[in-house]
Order: sequence, then structure tokens, then C-alpha cells
Amino acid sequence: MSKEIKVALAGNPNSGKTTAFNAITGARQHVGNYPGITVDKKEGFTTVGDNKIHLIDLPGTYSLTAYTMEEIVARNVVADQRPDVVIDVLNAGALERNLYLAIQLMEMGAPLVLALNMMDEANKQGMKIDIDKLSELLDVPVVETVARTGEGIPSLLEATVKCAAANQGKKWEPLAISYGPDLDPALDKMVALIEKNNLLTDRYPSRWTALKYLESDDEIMQLGREIHPVSAELEEIVKSVAKHLESTLATYPEAVIADYRYGYITSIVRQGVVTRLDSAADRVALSDKIDSVVTHRFLGPLIMLGIMYLIYQVTFTFSETPVGWFENFFGWLGETAEANMQDGLLKSLVVSGVIDGVGGVMGFVPLIMFMFLQIALLEDSGYMARVAYMLDRVFRFFGLHGCSVMPFIVSGGIAGGCAVPGVMAARTLRSPKEKLATLITAPFMACGAKLPVFLLFVGVFFEENQAMVMFLLTMAAWACALIVSKILRHTVIKGEATPFVMELPPYRFPTLRGLLIHTWERTWQYIKKAGTVILAISILIWAAMTFPNLPADQVAAFDAQKTVVQEQIDTANASGASVEALEEKLASIENEQAEVTLKNSYAGSIGVALEPVMSPVGFDWRTNIALVGGFAAKEVIVSTLGTAYSLGEVDPEDAAPLAERIAQDPNWTPSVAVAFLLFVLLYAPCFVTVVAIKQEANSWKWALFSVVFNTGLAYTVAVAVVQIGKLL
Amino acid sequence: MSNAMPMRELKVGEKAKVVAITAIGELGRRIRDMGLVPGAELEVVGRAPLQDPVALRLTGFTLSLRNNEADYIAVERV
Ligand SMILES: Nc1nc2c(ncn2[C@@H]2O[C@H](COP(=O)(O)OP(=O)(O)O)[C@@H](O)[C@H]2O)c(=O)[nH]1
Ligand SMILES: [Mg+2]
Repeated sequence: MSKEIKVALAGNPNSGKTTAFNAITGARQHVGNYPGITVDKKEGFTTVGDNKIHLIDLPGTYSLTAYTMEEIVARNVVADQRPDVVIDVLNAGALERNLYLAIQLMEMGAPLVLALNMMDEANKQGMKIDIDKLSELLDVPVVETVARTGEGIPSLLEATVKCAAANQGKKWEPLAISYGPDLDPALDKMVALIEKNNLLTDRYPSRWTALKYLESDDEIMQLGREIHPVSAELEEIVKSVAKHLESTLATYPEAVIADYRYGYITSIVRQGVVTRLDSAADRVALSDKIDSVVTHRFLGPLIMLGIMYLIYQVTFTFSETPVGWFENFFGWLGETAEANMQDGLLKSLVVSGVIDGVGGVMGFVPLIMFMFLQIALLEDSGYMARVAYMLDRVFRFFGLHGCSVMPFIVSGGIAGGCAVPGVMAARTLRSPKEKLATLITAPFMACGAKLPVFLLFVGVFFEENQAMVMFLLTMAAWACALIVSKILRHTVIKGEATPFVMELPPYRFPTLRGLLIHTWERTWQYIKKAGTVILAISILIWAAMTFPNLPADQVAAFDAQKTVVQEQIDTANASGASVEALEEKLASIENEQAEVTLKNSYAGSIGVALEPVMSPVGFDWRTNIALVGGFAAKEVIVSTLGTAYSLGEVDPEDAAPLAERIAQDPNWTPSVAVAFLLFVLLYAPCFVTVVAIKQEANSWKWALFSVVFNTGLAYTVAVAVVQIGKLL
Repeated sequence: MSNAMPMRELKVGEKAKVVAITAIGELGRRIRDMGLVPGAELEVVGRAPLQDPVALRLTGFTLSLRNNEADYIAVERV
């Protein structure tokens, strides 16, 4: 009979946990989200003999406090899902620090198996670990592994199955270590109270809960308060202990607890478990040497710039071809539908709403894949941590984090990026406030879709200094992003900088398999999540630009005009005369009809309704509609302007007729043009980006904020430009 | 205890031992989670191009933190 064993995989970041997870489950894995937060939830399956193993990947953490989402998730899964076994993956080279988490897991009482990973590196460093002794002293099974090559994984699974069998049906036995003469008596008192009142005893061991009170753990204390009045008594005990510690030792319970945990670890490790020989082959030492070049005062920034540029080049060059395939495919699909479906609403919905909408999303897929592949490369090799390290000083000034640079660059910090993968790249940021500020400001960057708009207007108004103006626009984007971040972090996203304290993992060669799995996971999430919402929104935008239909009498009037011209063409054809002028006339009637239809639609009504609001900026209804359309995708701005100016479908790549029209239009003064350029640069992100922001911030509220706030900012800037222009 | 000094004053290449951590709250927790507790030995292995943050080598791994975070760590040279 086969039975399922539930196993949770814990470990420090960079301990090789993901690699171990992949080695154990192979392709049989599934990624999702923990409800309500953006922490990835990965599960996988494997079988060992008769046993089916259900593996849950916990987020990588150093500890089990309540300071980060990751830590809360990790401990809640252990407490609530009661895994049969917890495997803790340790980086053997930094055994002492890695045991800190192991001790905390043991204090929760979960049956534990230690996987001493990176044994290859530890051995190369000349480090000897007495496994049997460690296992005996901690009283848990210990297995040596090299997750990268899969070495030791079968033994790990064997030990896991054995551990599960040995603990089946048994009560968890939490580890109880001594926290010294000041805390132990208090702990005992608290444990007695907790057990007497059954405070949280169904979820956590009583000593663990008492420890959390001493550590002033917000989550647990909150829970306790809601459940039982005894919580107040516990808090009183904590207060008096804290006061005592403060007056006698000038310290506080949390610090004492950490000291004793490390003391316990040291006492174990010192009993001949670890011997370290100094050795030149030490990977960390080697890594420090590489860092003396890679993070060198002058070379470091240069190398970083080079790598950023390369990533940008690779992403946008290599993805060009596959993006073309996707475009061609959806173009073909659109044409096929166009040719084979009956004229009417359904056809318009399918072609303009569904195919264009889905095509727009799918078009980003190759771009996102290349981006994520390279981000995975930077992360897995250890370079990403160095980027954050080098840039932190600059970005911190603006209320951001060293890791914010990646989202900015990808979004178009080097003109031509795309905010969708840019926003998604913010996932590597673990500081919530800094991440939020990054999400809102990254879309200011000059993404590839804004470029055709810029090129068109810069071509008309700044013919002599095109390159210069384009460069200035890119700089303006950076300036706005940084300054706005600073403002946001002092107002709506106020708060202390999240501590930086971060490991600089040794440089390692990533494995291809690891990279591919990483990339695919993220890409697939994008396709799945974005796909559904975006389809809905693109249908909505289609509807806004289509309904209400032109009143029947106006349609009839246009039809009558067209019939007249068509008849003239027919007669001319019959007599062999030239029809060119007539065909042009027919096209211009059709274009006029398109203009009137657009103006009559909801989107058009919005554009007209916005005229009073936009008049300080000098935009008329045509510009307004184009901007509304630009919410779908910024390149739509050019084509919508074309329709609104009765030019029919305008190819954004070749907008010469439109440029002429704009040059002749007296409304378009140079200051209005500059206002327009800045408006397009700064206003609401396109909706694909908005969906991505929602996904990364895990809140529609912030996604909506980015729309409203960025548009408000764009408006303010544009008004300022026009008003200053009037003064000059 | 007499020669205890703030960690910020250490130069690249100098080795030291942690004497006390005075940070509280999240920062204190993060510092301790990384094994920076009294008694831990460290070496300053580098500084970022703008001299901040600083990179520390502890037993078996390298850690970085900001100067204003290092101010909460008292060390003595070894
Ligand atoms: N030398 C060595 N490298 C490993 C081992 N396990 C993982 N790695 C590498 O260490 C890096 C970080 O691994 P990863 O699984 O992403 O760590 P995680 O942060 O714990 O998920 C990757 O480059 C892996 O290829 C191992 O046992 N030995
Ligand atoms: Mg990982």
C-alpha cells in the first residue's frame, strides 16, 4: 500500500534549496502563490519505494521571526500543515549560521532531517564535518548532499522516509534548550500559564509560544490577545523580565535568546563536529578575490554598466525574431478572421478585441523569457547581490534599494525596454516599501512602445536635435523616477529603510537546468495570470472605441456618399478613365467616417469630455482619445491619432502623413508638443503593466494608484510646461 | 571592553571580534540572524564603490551591511 508523506523543504537563502527541490522532484512540480501574498508556493511529488512524497518548498529564510512574509509563511506551513518531516537544507560551509534555523525548526517540534548541502565546496575548503557526531548530538538524521550533481539525494530521501515512519502517529517533541538564569524561570512560568489555558497549544508548542512572547513577536502576540486574556499576563511577565535585563545587563530578551541559541550551536560544533583547515581553495576566499575586481571602486561600476547594457542588448536583440514570429502569427490570425468572418460586431470583437488583445500579451512572452533567463543567471551566479551592494548607496538616498536598478533598466532605463518584464523583475526585491516605490516609478522609463510617439513628435518639432531630445527624454524619465520615489517614500509609502543586511553568496556557475526551470516558471505565471485579465480589459477597450455605433442616419449619409463615388468609379472604369482621384475620394470618406465613428464612441465622448480638463495643456479631443487608447498599449497612441485625424490606419513605424498634419495644426505649438511628450512619458502605465503591478504588489489598490497618481503627475508637469511656455 | 569601537571605523583588511550589538527591532534581529553576535569574528573584506555598504567575512560566508547599520555593532580589533 502506498501512502503519501508530506515533506516541507526549509533552508537559508542560497543554501541550494531550489536546486535540491529540483533534484528531488524533477519536472513534477507546480508553482502557485500563497493566498494573499506574492511569496511563491512550489509543490512537487516523487516516489521512494512504496511511498509517495509530497514536497512543499518553504521560502528561504534565516530565521522564523515575523519580520518578513517569507518567515511567516515558512513557520505557518510547519505549524498548520503539520508536515510528516521537515528537510532543512544547510550550506555546510557556513554550518554554524545555518544551524540557527535548524534549531528553531527543532523548537517547533517538527521531525527534522538535515541535508548538509554543498559538501563539495566544504570539502574543497578543507573543512571536515563529523556527520555521525552532529547527528548524535542534535538527535536528528544528517545526510551529506551535493544538490547540484544530485549526489546524496537518494540517501536524503531514504532518511526522510525512515524519519516519517519513526515519527508516524507520535506527538511532536520540541527541543528545549536553556536560555539562562534570567529567562528560564520566566519561560517555565509562561509555559505553565499557556498550558493551563491552552493558548495556541493546538498549533504551537507551549515553550515556543512563550519564546515568541519574549521575542515580542507581533504575529503571535496578536493571535494570543484575540484568543485569550491570559495573553496580558504573559506580556506582564515579559515586561518584568525585559526590565530586569535592561537594568542588570543592558540587554533585552530577544538578544539573550539569540545569544543562547548560538551558544548552543557553538557548544555542539566545538565537540569535534567541525574542523576547518585554512586553505587557499576556499570558495568564499576566492569569491572575495573576484569581488576585489568586480566591486572595485572604479572597475566595479564600469563592469556593471557593461553587464547591464549586455543584458539589455541580448534581451531586445534576441527576442526580436521570436517576437516577430508571434506578431506575424497573430497578424495572420487576424487577417484570416478578417477574410473569413462576416462583417459585423462579432468580427470586430474577434479581430480587434480578442486577437489584438491576446496577441499583445503573447508578443511580450519572448521578451519576458529572455529577461528572466538573464535575471536568473545573475541571481544564481551571485552577481545580483553585488549589483545591489554597489548601488545601494545611491538608491537608498531616493528611498529605494540597490536591487531597484534592474526593474528600472529593463523598463526602459536604457530607452527601448519594456515595463512589463521590468515590473516583474522587481520580484527580487524583498523590502516591501522599496519594492512598491520601484513598481510605481519604473513605468516612467522610456519603454519601446513610447518611442514611436517620441520619434514622431521629436521629428516634427526638434528636427535638428533629434538624438539630443531623445536622450533628454530618457534622462527626464530617470530623474522623475528617482525624485518621485523619494517623494513617495516620504509620503504615501513612508517608513524606515528596510535593513540592508544581506549575504553576498560566493560566485558559482549556475546550472542550465536550474536556469531553465526558473525562467519557465516565471514566464508561465505571466502567461496564465496576465492572459485572463488582459483579455477582459482589451475587450473592454475595444467596446469603448466601438460603441455606441454611429446613428443610422449618419451611417446612411456616409453610405450614400460612398455609393455615389463608387458609381462614378464604376462608370470611369467602364470608360477606361483614370480612377485614382476617385478612389482617393472614397478612402477619404471612409477615413472621415472612421473619425466620426471614433468621436461618437464612448472613448470619443471621453476625449471630448476631457477637453475642458485638458485645455490648460492644449490637448484637443483627438489627443485625448489617443491617450485613452494608449492605456491599451502606448504604440496605439500613434494609430489612434491617425484615425482621429481622418488618416485611416497609420503605421506607427511610418507616420509621415500624420507628421505633416501635426506640423500644420496650429494647436500643436512647440510647448504643447513638449507637454505632450512628457505626458506620454509619465502618464498611466499601459494596462499590461498595471496588471503586472497588481501581481507584484499583490493589490489592486496600488495598481490603481499607479494609474491615477502617474496620470496626475503627468498632467501637472504638462500644465507647468505649457504655462511656462506661454511666459517665454 | 576598553578598546571596543564602532564597526564603521574598521578599515578594509582588518579583523575584529563582535563585542556588543545595540540594534533593536528588525535590524537587531536581522543582524543576529546572520550570526553577528557577541564573540563572532569577522574581517572587513571590502567596501562598495561609494564606501557604503561594507562587506564582512564571517565563518564560511560574506555579509554586507550599511555603515549606519554597522554603527550598532561594537567590535574590538584582534
Ligand atoms: N558547489 C555546489 N553548488 C551548489 C550546490 N547546490 C546548489 N548549488 C549552486 O548554488 C547556487 C544557489 O542555489 P539555489 O538552489 O538557487 O539556492 P537557494 O537560494 O537555496 O534556492 C546555484 O548556483 C546552484 O547551482 C552544491 O551542492 N554544490
Ligand atoms: Mg531559491
